[in-house]
Amino acid sequence: MIRRIFLKNKKMTNQELEIKSLQYRKKVLKYIKLAKAGHTGGSLSCTDILNVLYNEVLNVSPDKFSDPDRDRYVQSKGHSVEALFVVLADKGFYPESKLETLCKFKSHFIGHPTKKVPGIEQNTGALGHGLPICVGTAIAAKLDKKSYKVFTLLGDGELMEGSNWEAAMAASHYKLDNLVAILDYNQLQITGATKDVCNSDPIDSKFEAFGWAVRHVDGHDIKELREAFGQVPFEEGKPSFIIAHTNKGKGISYMENSIKWHHGVPNDEQYILGQDELDKQLESIKNSEITKR
Amino acid sequence: MKISNNRLKDGIANLEVFSATLQDLASKDRSIVVVTSDSRGSAKLNPFVEKYPEQIVEVGIAEQNLVGIAAGLASAGKKVFAVSPACFLTARSLEQIKNDVAYSDNPVNIIGISGGVSYGPLGSTHHSLHDFAVLRAINNITVVAPADNFETEMAIKQAAEMDSPVYIRFGKKPIPFLSDNGDFQLGKARMIKEGKDVAIIATGETVYPALEAALLLEEEQGVQVGVISMHTIKPLDYSILSEVAKNYPIILTVEEHSVFGGLGEACASYFMENGFTNKFKIMGIPDEYTVTGSQSEILDYYGISEKGIAETIMKLFA
Repeated sequence: MIRRIFLKNKKMTNQELEIKSLQYRKKVLKYIKLAKAGHTGGSLSCTDILNVLYNEVLNVSPDKFSDPDRDRYVQSKGHSVEALFVVLADKGFYPESKLETLCKFKSHFIGHPTKKVPGIEQNTGALGHGLPICVGTAIAAKLDKKSYKVFTLLGDGELMEGSNWEAAMAASHYKLDNLVAILDYNQLQITGATKDVCNSDPIDSKFEAFGWAVRHVDGHDIKELREAFGQVPFEEGKPSFIIAHTNKGKGISYMENSIKWHHGVPNDEQYILGQDELDKQLESIKNSEITKR
Repeated sequence: MKISNNRLKDGIANLEVFSATLQDLASKDRSIVVVTSDSRGSAKLNPFVEKYPEQIVEVGIAEQNLVGIAAGLASAGKKVFAVSPACFLTARSLEQIKNDVAYSDNPVNIIGISGGVSYGPLGSTHHSLHDFAVLRAINNITVVAPADNFETEMAIKQAAEMDSPVYIRFGKKPIPFLSDNGDFQLGKARMIKEGKDVAIIATGETVYPALEAALLLEEEQGVQVGVISMHTIKPLDYSILSEVAKNYPIILTVEEHSVFGGLGEACASYFMENGFTNKFKIMGIPDEYTVTGSQSEILDYYGISEKGIAETIMKLFA
């Protein structure tokens, strides 16, 4: 019997995590603005997923990072690295001030994850690489009879890379119920809507046909994300696939669902507007908490 | 010139040595894992599969996945050998080698079987005449082509203990015993035969015809030909190149690879950058639509044979 993921940090309420997400989004915006570079839209769409993963699900921390029994997270959609950098700083892997070097000469904090940055498992950036690597690590866990889990975050545009489907086949062949792939299903890529560029829908039935257990969640709903992660593996003997319905640019109205913000960097005015919007959402959550009390 | 194939003692295919060596390693080390892409038969790994079924991961005909999975296994502490025909492994999955293995520093041993034109009449889809060139340009990978059974066994054993990526390529034809020289270290060339007039720096299974040519020239022409097995193409053994350049007026390189970007050009750049102006020639497969035929017919056609190498050397004297 495969153990269910133990939710380590039950102290945080959904509201507290929602506040964290907004704080993460503010930092994503801040450091992208500072670097004058970054994949803004995708970082904002996967922020809540990373928040729940690192604060609730993954058995990783700076002092445990060389532990062979730690959970593994590989960000296959590597370009959304700014969200990951912000979350890892918050988890204590390095001081947040390091992010001031983002995309600067000789900085390890470049536009994609690299192992030079504490907390990063694999160098990614080219799409279609994370899932095969995670299949390998999940097989290693099975061979070693270890109970750690392997997680990867995929983009929906990324699924056009054929290597994902080779890995998807192998994952079910090897019955990798210790493997969890999360799809940041924001339905946009650099050229336009994924369904117009090269339609990969329906994704759920494709993965089911490849032998995976599939769930849909609202990728911005902390409660739904927590519940979904708390239930993996969805089926014993099958890898789990979470289709997280997200909004590219989430949290900043003028960025939402707009391909312009795939790697757009806000100007001064847009930056202030974006931070104001996030501040208002923060205020609103805090007020609702006070009202509840 | 009289051609003879009887000078050297018999050996078996390096491929067979590879399989036996892996079994030997796996018997002592449970962390050895072999990953194959429907290639276990071609790689002579069926005995391995029978003895160590828990230590093989079959990914099917999916070379990109082969290398990605191998990287993931290596990152979890396995000593991984990813085995597939060199032609697919170093072209179709080149991005996985570059990113998942080399850039991510996952110490996978990438084993390119049936390298060069081993697949002969199957055509260019199945030839790997580009692998040294593409892998030389990628940071953090050692590139190896062992000459004979001894070098193959040693290369596999040393690679298993390395904590960085290694590519090893060999063919499937039997290779004779080439030398009593029992020194082998990845990154250090192996002197097969001393000489003084001409040095042949060869790699992989072209060391065998190079040695035959050297012995032939000595017998027939009285030319003293040195033969060096440059089994490690990257990092190149610069100290032996320097010695060769100082001691031999004529230098010939031989490889079962394109003349572009392989051993020959690697040596040439060292010699030029260090002021050596020895007479120098690169033998390999020219940049053309490769002639069709068996491996030996193709190699003969391009002069990578006892006779062809000997004739090339005599022309260099002219």
